Amino acid sequence: MSNLTCCEEIAAKSYEELTADFDWSIAERELGYKPGDPINIGWMCSDRICHLGMADKVALYWEDYQGNRQQFTFDDLRVLSNTVAQFVCDLGIKPGERVCLFMDRVPELYIGFLGILKTGAVAQPLFSAFGDESLLVRLQNANTSAIITQKKHVHKVRKIREQLPNLRHIIVVDAGDSALQQREVPFHMERAQRVEDFAVYPTVAESPSVLHYTSGTTGQPKGAQHVHYSIVSQYLTAKWVLDLQPDDIYWCNADPGWVTGTSYGIIGPWANGTTQVVLDSGFNAERWYEFIEKHRITVWYSAPTAIRLLMKEGTEVVRRHDHSSLRHLASVGEPLNAEAVLWSQEAFGKPFHDTFWQTETGCIVITNFPGMPVKPGSMGKPFPGITAAVLNTKTYEPITEPGIAGLIALHPGWPSQIRGYWNNEAGYKAKFKNGWYLCGDRASIDADGYYWFMGRDDDVINTGGHLVGPFEIESALLEHPAVYESAAVAKPDPVNMEVVKAFVTLKRGYQVTDDLELEIMNHIRKRLSPLAMPQEIEFVDSLPKTRSGKIVRRVLRCKEFNEPVGDLSTIMDD
Amino acid sequence: MDEITKLVRDYVIREYLEEGDDREITETTPLISGGIVDSFSMVSLKRFLEKKCNVQIPDACATPDAFDTVQGIVALVHRFQKAQPVTV
Repeated sequence: MSNLTCCEEIAAKSYEELTADFDWSIAERELGYKPGDPINIGWMCSDRICHLGMADKVALYWEDYQGNRQQFTFDDLRVLSNTVAQFVCDLGIKPGERVCLFMDRVPELYIGFLGILKTGAVAQPLFSAFGDESLLVRLQNANTSAIITQKKHVHKVRKIREQLPNLRHIIVVDAGDSALQQREVPFHMERAQRVEDFAVYPTVAESPSVLHYTSGTTGQPKGAQHVHYSIVSQYLTAKWVLDLQPDDIYWCNADPGWVTGTSYGIIGPWANGTTQVVLDSGFNAERWYEFIEKHRITVWYSAPTAIRLLMKEGTEVVRRHDHSSLRHLASVGEPLNAEAVLWSQEAFGKPFHDTFWQTETGCIVITNFPGMPVKPGSMGKPFPGITAAVLNTKTYEPITEPGIAGLIALHPGWPSQIRGYWNNEAGYKAKFKNGWYLCGDRASIDADGYYWFMGRDDDVINTGGHLVGPFEIESALLEHPAVYESAAVAKPDPVNMEVVKAFVTLKRGYQVTDDLELEIMNHIRKRLSPLAMPQEIEFVDSLPKTRSGKIVRRVLRCKEFNEPVGDLSTIMDD
Repeated sequence: MDEITKLVRDYVIREYLEEGDDREITETTPLISGGIVDSFSMVSLKRFLEKKCNVQIPDACATPDAFDTVQGIVALVHRFQKAQPVTV
């Protein structure tokens, strides 16, 4: 129990004191883990917390937009995750098989995640707003054996299941009296026979745990393969960076379909025995402020897009509510602009602390710590145990001079670094240069060691904190009968940092009309996801291409950002 | 139900409700906070209104709160239709 009550002492230390003699074994000891022992995230986040005397502590306060509420203690987490695990095992799912979670932010998603891990299977969470095409490519790539979903999303699975012969089970958590179809099976978590004792599969440090899909510039999304040992980083960063303390009420806005929602919406807080709240609702400023006030939330981990939406609603609505419970605010997903930091200082009396990391890192790697002076607009400094640098773009050597832009790079070896991309060794190897892992972002470091984000180093679009690959959008655009060629690029946006803009040439016989633009936008929204939907479509006669016929997105992107296009000698004259 | 209300409601049902989702959409059903329309999809809804209702809604007024119900959306359309009378 004592290892969960030392946060105040940590928060009082300087950055230099924290980094001096840092070793990840600090977290191993606090988690009671000895190298070589079995380690299982599902057990660590539920049974272990009960053994620490917190069985009756509330682990989750859940609420939806209609005001429905549920709460679960850590003992509930233990028993209900056992129940899910037993159900999955009884279906014949074996350790190592992939089980997809495709749900809104309902309790079954959070508890099901722990249950899958307890069986030794790999949890594959996917954003429930994904369309059938996005779902298909990710389930095909992972060769997924089972999917846990809700009645409202099952039709998307039905559309694609014939193309997924290895998807043996479609588990519906709220089927009720609905007629189920082939391969579908109902499972009601709370009405199922409660399983008090479950033999948790003895996964070890390097056993696969979670498969999160992330987009790149080329090809289809890649499955980032995490392992059970990742909990070591997730536990400690949640404690030190998010400053989680025993009596905290913690709110992470992220959906577990993305890595923030699992690393810091499930694993980090529950490994710390922290009570968290979940609001299964879309954005509504008044509702969010009421939620903070009602639950007396103390730590809030949000995203710049959400913060900018709140800014848009003004400060009057903030002042209608009591937010005095808030102690620490942090943000992730995209760079937090200085205006947002200054606004939060004005609105809540404290700044949002920016944190930088990505699917592949599994945990926060560059950050503003509690107590560290915040330079508005800066990403902060590397977490202890993380060796970071910005590299020269040609030599891949670290840049030592302050203020010079380069590639953000990390020295491999921290516990939650992914161990590869699923079935894509070449793609994983390509992420390393000169012994460094390249994040795909550019930054500079100032004389005080603070990192300053400058932008992506590739064509990937960071919209609302989520990476969207242009290839996937372009492929889906070409499925529309009117589209002949297309290019998807980032366009600056005041709320989402970037949004998708598509350049399209039409097939002969099609005319540009208002209806056609809307039809194409909705086509992408339904096939892929709302994030991937172009917010603007520009119909053009031709697209810039190299002499070998490859579309040069760079030219289009630079135009959107008012940046110099650079060398055009390889572009074909049209 | 006036013509614009019907137009908006039918569009929301057709474009944003998932197949098999039998939720009833009334004038006061929460669309954004209810997770039926997300803040990204709001853009296509705004584009639809601008084209079909011949109205320009300033980005600053196109907030998730303003788009949260059919009733709110219709009020926004009426407000800007009045501000920018349709010219024939």
